[in-house]
Amino acid sequence: MKVRLRNPTRDVEISGPKTVGALLEALAIVPESVIVILNDELVTRDARIADSDDIEVRAVTSGGSA
Amino acid sequence: MKCRRCAAPAIIELRRHNAAFCSTCFVNHCHEQTRRAIHDYRMLEPGQRVLVAVSGGKDSLALWHLLHELGYRADGLYLGLGIAEYSDESAARVRDFAARFGFQLHEIDLPTDVGFDIPGGARVARRAPCSACGLSKRHLFNQAALRLGYPAIATGHNLDDEAAVLLGNTLRWDEAYLARQYPVLPESSGFARKVKPLVRLGEREMAAYCVVHRIDYILDECPMAAGNRHLHYKELLNSLEASSPGAKAAFLFNFLDRARGRFADVVLEERAALAACAVCGAPTPGDVCAFCRLQERASGSSGEPVILRSRTP
Repeated sequence: MKVRLRNPTRDVEISGPKTVGALLEALAIVPESVIVILNDELVTRDARIADSDDIEVRAVTSGGSA
Repeated sequence: MKCRRCAAPAIIELRRHNAAFCSTCFVNHCHEQTRRAIHDYRMLEPGQRVLVAVSGGKDSLALWHLLHELGYRADGLYLGLGIAEYSDESAARVRDFAARFGFQLHEIDLPTDVGFDIPGGARVARRAPCSACGLSKRHLFNQAALRLGYPAIATGHNLDDEAAVLLGNTLRWDEAYLARQYPVLPESSGFARKVKPLVRLGEREMAAYCVVHRIDYILDECPMAAGNRHLHYKELLNSLEASSPGAKAAFLFNFLDRARGRFADVVLEERAALAACAVCGAPTPGDVCAFCRLQERASGSSGEPVILRSRTP
């Protein structure tokens, strides 16, 4: 499956199908630092992703020191 | 995974609350947490006017939306920082958002209206860009609130921001910064009240709030912020949170409840030592405030009243 990672934006290929939790583990991403958007809707870590799904893992950490 | 409140399919899991929420209950959760922060720290009176510092990012746009949802007369102030395409894209997000919801937006453009941009100002003043940016924002937001008659300025600092700042302040045992770290700084001579209504909500919640409301926020990180210590502290805290859900909130709120009062004398001493800046009149510990010194070095002049542009919805 093709996974779009945002901020910075890049695409990666991961073998599927998988749950969101397994996907984050495969990508070594701390769940606390991202939201996951499946076909334009937010999903939790138990959601299953098929190869045909449009999946985005969006980093949420931002900000300077001000 | 099911929503803890209504058993509908959940869209977000919040491990520190040992809960998951559906879209409707998640929005209610954001309302409740914001309302509770405003109430517990006595930030705003019901329906009060408030100036929201907006950047085009998820936190400030979500805050602006939330304050309207909760019945506050919230108007936005956007400060253009002159950071090339990043500032252009940020400004476009803010203007589109204000137009979509019919909110009042004020703007200051740092290069055009103040005479310098953040990259140039930081270079000339030999400050870190985030330091020059923070100084400019604090000064100009405060001056704008006073001139436009807003009793309070609201910023989008969230639980993750505050916990990361606290970690940095604690690692240095910086008493002055620890004393000032609080979700509300009351108004005083020359200062509007400053409030942080998102202090009980994390970054994931604010990003999720924007996705639920289809709020188009700028995703790219500010190019000047890359590699700063603040982001590193957030990574450390997220790793801690992954193994110990609730650790961030406990770190911050236990400090606020139990430890911050021990530094109260530092704030009183600092305030007693403030006098009016010889150039702009803002409170400062020296003869000339840090912002006027930055502006003088970066643009060659200082003290002129800043131009404010307002867009009526």
